[in-house]
Amino acid sequence: MWRFLEYLLIAGYIVVLLVVSHWIGDQAYSWMPVEATAEAQKVDRLFSFLTAIGAFIILGLLGMMVYSVLFFRAPKNDYSEGHPSRGDLRLEFLWTVTPTLLVLWLAFQSFNIYQQLDILGLQQIVHLHTPLEEPVYAELSDDQPKPAAETIDVFVKQWDWSFRYPNNITSNELHLPVNRRTRLNLHAKDVLHSFYVPEFRLQQYIVPGRDIDIVVTPTRMGEYQLKDALFSGTYFALMTAKVQIESFEQYNQWLTTAENQTIAWENQAVAEYKQPPKTLFKSNWYTVVPEQPAIAEKRKVRNDT
Amino acid sequence: MTHESSENIIINREPSNELENNWRQYLSFSTDHKVIGVQYMVTTFIFFLIGGLLAMLIRAELITPPSNVVDRPLYNGLFTLHGTIMIFLWIIPFNAGISNYLVPLMVGARDMAFPLLNAISFWMIPPSGILLISSFLLPNGTAQSGWWSYPPISLQIPPGQPINGEFIWIVSIVLIGISSIMGAVNFVTTIFWMRAPGMTFFRMPVFVWSVLSAQLLQLVNLPSLTGALILLLFDLSLGTQFFKPLENGDPIIYQHLFWFYSHPAVYIMALPAFGIFAEVLPAFSRNPLFGYRSLAIASLGIAIVSIFVWVHHMFTSATPSWMRMLFMVTSMLVAVPTGVKAFGWTATIWKSKLHLETPMLFAMGGAAMFLLGGVTGVMLAAVPFDIHVHNTYFIVGHFHYIVFNTITMAIFAAIYFWFPKITGRMYAEGWGKIHFWLTFIGANLTFFPMLPLGLQGMVRRISSYEPRYQGWNIVASLGGFLLGVSILPFIANMVGSCLYGQRASNNPWLATGLEWQTTSPPPRDNFEEIPVVKRPPYDYGDPKYSVIEPPDYHQQENHSR
Ligand code: HEM
Ligand SMILES: [Cu+2]
Repeated sequence: MWRFLEYLLIAGYIVVLLVVSHWIGDQAYSWMPVEATAEAQKVDRLFSFLTAIGAFIILGLLGMMVYSVLFFRAPKNDYSEGHPSRGDLRLEFLWTVTPTLLVLWLAFQSFNIYQQLDILGLQQIVHLHTPLEEPVYAELSDDQPKPAAETIDVFVKQWDWSFRYPNNITSNELHLPVNRRTRLNLHAKDVLHSFYVPEFRLQQYIVPGRDIDIVVTPTRMGEYQLKDALFSGTYFALMTAKVQIESFEQYNQWLTTAENQTIAWENQAVAEYKQPPKTLFKSNWYTVVPEQPAIAEKRKVRNDT
Repeated sequence: MTHESSENIIINREPSNELENNWRQYLSFSTDHKVIGVQYMVTTFIFFLIGGLLAMLIRAELITPPSNVVDRPLYNGLFTLHGTIMIFLWIIPFNAGISNYLVPLMVGARDMAFPLLNAISFWMIPPSGILLISSFLLPNGTAQSGWWSYPPISLQIPPGQPINGEFIWIVSIVLIGISSIMGAVNFVTTIFWMRAPGMTFFRMPVFVWSVLSAQLLQLVNLPSLTGALILLLFDLSLGTQFFKPLENGDPIIYQHLFWFYSHPAVYIMALPAFGIFAEVLPAFSRNPLFGYRSLAIASLGIAIVSIFVWVHHMFTSATPSWMRMLFMVTSMLVAVPTGVKAFGWTATIWKSKLHLETPMLFAMGGAAMFLLGGVTGVMLAAVPFDIHVHNTYFIVGHFHYIVFNTITMAIFAAIYFWFPKITGRMYAEGWGKIHFWLTFIGANLTFFPMLPLGLQGMVRRISSYEPRYQGWNIVASLGGFLLGVSILPFIANMVGSCLYGQRASNNPWLATGLEWQTTSPPPRDNFEEIPVVKRPPYDYGDPKYSVIEPPDYHQQENHSR
């Protein structure tokens, strides 16, 4: 009788858990920034799925622990055994095989989503400048990115982003036409940096000496922020750039206006180096000196990256 | 309350006088593994306090969006030294300390296999640590490139200053690494060859299994870090070009060498914590450890799988797709042996007789918070998700759930649990409980907010941020200060109880395990007579709570399983 009730209770608990963790999985979408690429929707779907499963496991075990704390307390000075069972082969088998199947399933789902990202163009290829390693990577270049409508060069250095557009205009703002596959050609000059726009759910290290391509297809117009996600030295926190996603017409229009006028180009790191903010503690330790981008004065540049 | 009042079946020998009050031995070059263990633990705790102060400075900076507490180079130095100290001078050497104290006792040995080597391993730690921290005094300060020290950023040093923060950083970490390798040789040898008669592998406590697994990882993986750092030192000081991207070097190779050690390092830190859970949970739930054999084997399983997962730290480092997919699968597989452990702990608690003394509170709290740390870890293994949150506060939240909320909680559980054995006195239970609640609440307040911050795209290692991130940052900072406060009752309790605590019996928790069969504190050679082990570990189903055969019970041995 008691046994039966116990099973009933456990079954009821599992049902509640399933409902609750499903609900938490739905909530997970709202923890993320807005989705500005097709890739972002897929990533969020995966995150929601992982969150639901994680919530089920956490709440399940946590529930058992809390229940134990509430109901299995020993009377004072009772140090007799709880129950002498040392194990149960069936149970142990179950909780080895179930997680194995579970993670294989998770891996499979993640793999699937990853493949879809590739179709949509998160694909990257790596060209190595080191001739020594070329053959190795040549084999791996099944990673051919799909043809893209636009190609924009992204230059990054300590502590500044700049972008060169097809008409050879250079700017410190990243403008992208909506719903078009755009290839970004990433180049770093000094140290490692990482290209990161949270709304794109996309991050890619940029390695000096290697040209790395990624392809993005923005789907939502608006203004976003590009960040450097990989620590790159003193003024790392200031390494942001405006990302503007607009209609193809607006994009083209911006390109023509930019060609004809000079926009003041203030580098935050340079500004801060000249005029440090007041801080409680001052170390005045060494820093690489940030340089005003040379291209700031001339809008048009030649291929001298 | 202690178990003191209940019937105590072990003969309660008075601790001999010579063992007490000779605190001087802790300042001497002793080869006794127990003295060395305490030396390790006290030294690393001091480093923990320093690392914690740096963390609170970091949190003070992050309470408001602009950069207004420390200037940027100092901020970068702070998080670099915070991370370095906490990993290389707190958790890893503390584990070496507690393992030093316990392993010989638990396997029934008189000392470690190489006592002199053991002392040398310890005595390398304080100078290396002091050297590292003294780099704050250099004109251009400490290393500023994070505890990963990725080139080429780590090679950007003040011109004309050959002794600089980065140089000191590399030298100290290499020295600490050498100490760890010597320690690992000692542990592995001790566990393989010094076990008491009858102490078969499957009679060893899970703690010993987990130390064995962790130390095997040190032997296999640490040389990779040492090698990488020595090459980095050449690049830094001798003008070589191993990792310089603009001069034919490859900085990505450094990342591979670095993570080949530093991923397993998280298990070098976590495995002993899992071992502690396996000792404390059964003792305070009066149940045998559920699934002992699978938990023991899972320790080795975790160690082996974790050798093959390092690229999950490099998914965005220009890593080709095939490599991303391969390492995604291996990384997720670690969840299997880890899950076995978590299920085993829960099953041990289930239908038991719980005694919620301080060690148990810390162990259960740590095990509970490990669930969040572990689940976020599996999420991070999923490449598409990792690509979004890599290098954000989601990572910082995840690994602090492991390193602080799990491992440091386990360390506290261990300190309280074995305090009577080590000092021969009881700690004050009330203070212990206050310490637990402050820590538990503070830890969640500090580290939970980092998860939503990371999902929202707050990058790690930034000293100023957009105002929209401020809300959660305030919570995290206040939590961090609470954690700082939480350590005070602990210190008061430890110092006070060492001096004035109530005398402890040999086995105040009525626990199994050989260490409880000797006096508190144990004599120089640990046991009057080397015990002969005839029973399985965690014999809590047995009325005698004992793995050795007490003479007067010989006839009535009749447990069947
Ligand atoms: C118990 C041990 C702890 C360990 C092992 C540990 C380890 C680490 C590591 C490795 C990092 C990364 C540093 C880097 O990015 O180079 C880090 C960052 C950080 N830790 Fe801890 N930590 C511990 C405790 C704490 C505590 C108690 C606090 C809060 C009071 C804290 C707050 C932080 C913060 C805010 C950062 C991020 C700094 C930044 O990226 O700007 N940590 N920690
Ligand atoms: Cu890892």
